Amino acid sequence: MVTSSDLWLWLEEVSDPEIPVLTVVDLGVIRSVETDGKNAHIVITPTYSGCPAMKMIEDQIIEKLKEKGVDTCTVDLTLAPAWTTDWISEEGKNKLREYGIAPPENEPDKTVLFAKPTVVPCPQCRSLNTRMISLFGSTACKAHYQCNDCLEPYDYFKCLR
Amino acid sequence: MNQAHVEFVLRIADDSLILGHRLSEWCGHGPVLEEDIAMTNIALDLIGQATSLLNYAAMLQGEGKTGDDLAFLRFDREYRNLLLVEQPNGDFGMTMMRQFLFDAYRTILFERLQSSSDEMIAAIAEKSLKETKYHLKHSSEWVIRLGDGTEESHERVQESLNTLWRYANELFYTDAVDDEMRKAGILPDLSDLRQQWENTVNHVFQEATLTIPTNNWKQEGGRKGMHSEHLGYILAEMQYMQRAYPNMEW
Repeated sequence: MVTSSDLWLWLEEVSDPEIPVLTVVDLGVIRSVETDGKNAHIVITPTYSGCPAMKMIEDQIIEKLKEKGVDTCTVDLTLAPAWTTDWISEEGKNKLREYGIAPPENEPDKTVLFAKPTVVPCPQCRSLNTRMISLFGSTACKAHYQCNDCLEPYDYFKCLR
Repeated sequence: MNQAHVEFVLRIADDSLILGHRLSEWCGHGPVLEEDIAMTNIALDLIGQATSLLNYAAMLQGEGKTGDDLAFLRFDREYRNLLLVEQPNGDFGMTMMRQFLFDAYRTILFERLQSSSDEMIAAIAEKSLKETKYHLKHSSEWVIRLGDGTEESHERVQESLNTLWRYANELFYTDAVDDEMRKAGILPDLSDLRQQWENTVNHVFQEATLTIPTNNWKQEGGRKGMHSEHLGYILAEMQYMQRAYPNMEW
């Protein structure tokens, strides 16, 4: 007899293909889980419209739940409400920092033109003396920063809300 | 099937698809690595938006087609994108100017569409708006940096503005499709769209020390499928695989 808490637990074994240190649960892309005791229905939401990892996440969820003995697993995609970095768990944010990716900061609304770039502490030495290199980084969800003190270049998981 | 509804979705979808394709042409050719990555990131967002919108348009059509069929198997006259987004990349300044004129419009459009009575449109708008705000921040900063930069960068980006200005008017094109969508509550009130857009554009051009051309020659037709000569070349490249190897997947 499969319960929904089993499903949540098992989903924590599925990691994000691009940031393997985060599970899909940490990332907040799992919107709902349902089970009738044998089968499972999972609803996920993309981080960005063009996120190429969604298909892989879906396949990995199905594979994982099959391995755990779930009969059939269906995965649906929903767009609303739109994903926000506020849904990344506190634990997820800590994992990101330890992994060398700066977690999302509390940022003002992007429609504010001419706003100063957000201060993003260096995930290595914690210095606040850092600079933005580019608004866009190695994946859709990241920007590129560099620390002026320890000189470490790093990814910043940019705030999306 | 409601023809106007399909038409309305295709217009938004094709803007994303064609501009996304245009930006992807920069892949491996960006002036610096960071901008190469930025432009392809933006392309990815736009193509992601196009996927959601084209899948939805295909569903509304109810002819058993998929979003991919609409992306890859229509002829040029069936595309509904703005002439602006199909214009060639030119130099980096031209690409950023095209992007800025478009982003300033798109941000307002998506803000409003969040309250559409069509739940799917509202969901796609809410999702896309978050991405579009980043695009606008990026393109407006480049327009300012290039406009208020060196003598040469100023001259070149002013030239880009002079070239692209004739296509800006089409951003505000409306016809019976919009009227019908407004009556159905699918399209919220956009009567101040041009005013809002001009506020953003004037503000940025002032910072960028750029001058809006006085020549008011306007060109439009994209919303009705009447395109510039450039679209055919885009489609020839974009559709090549599906035309040469029908139904191929990977």
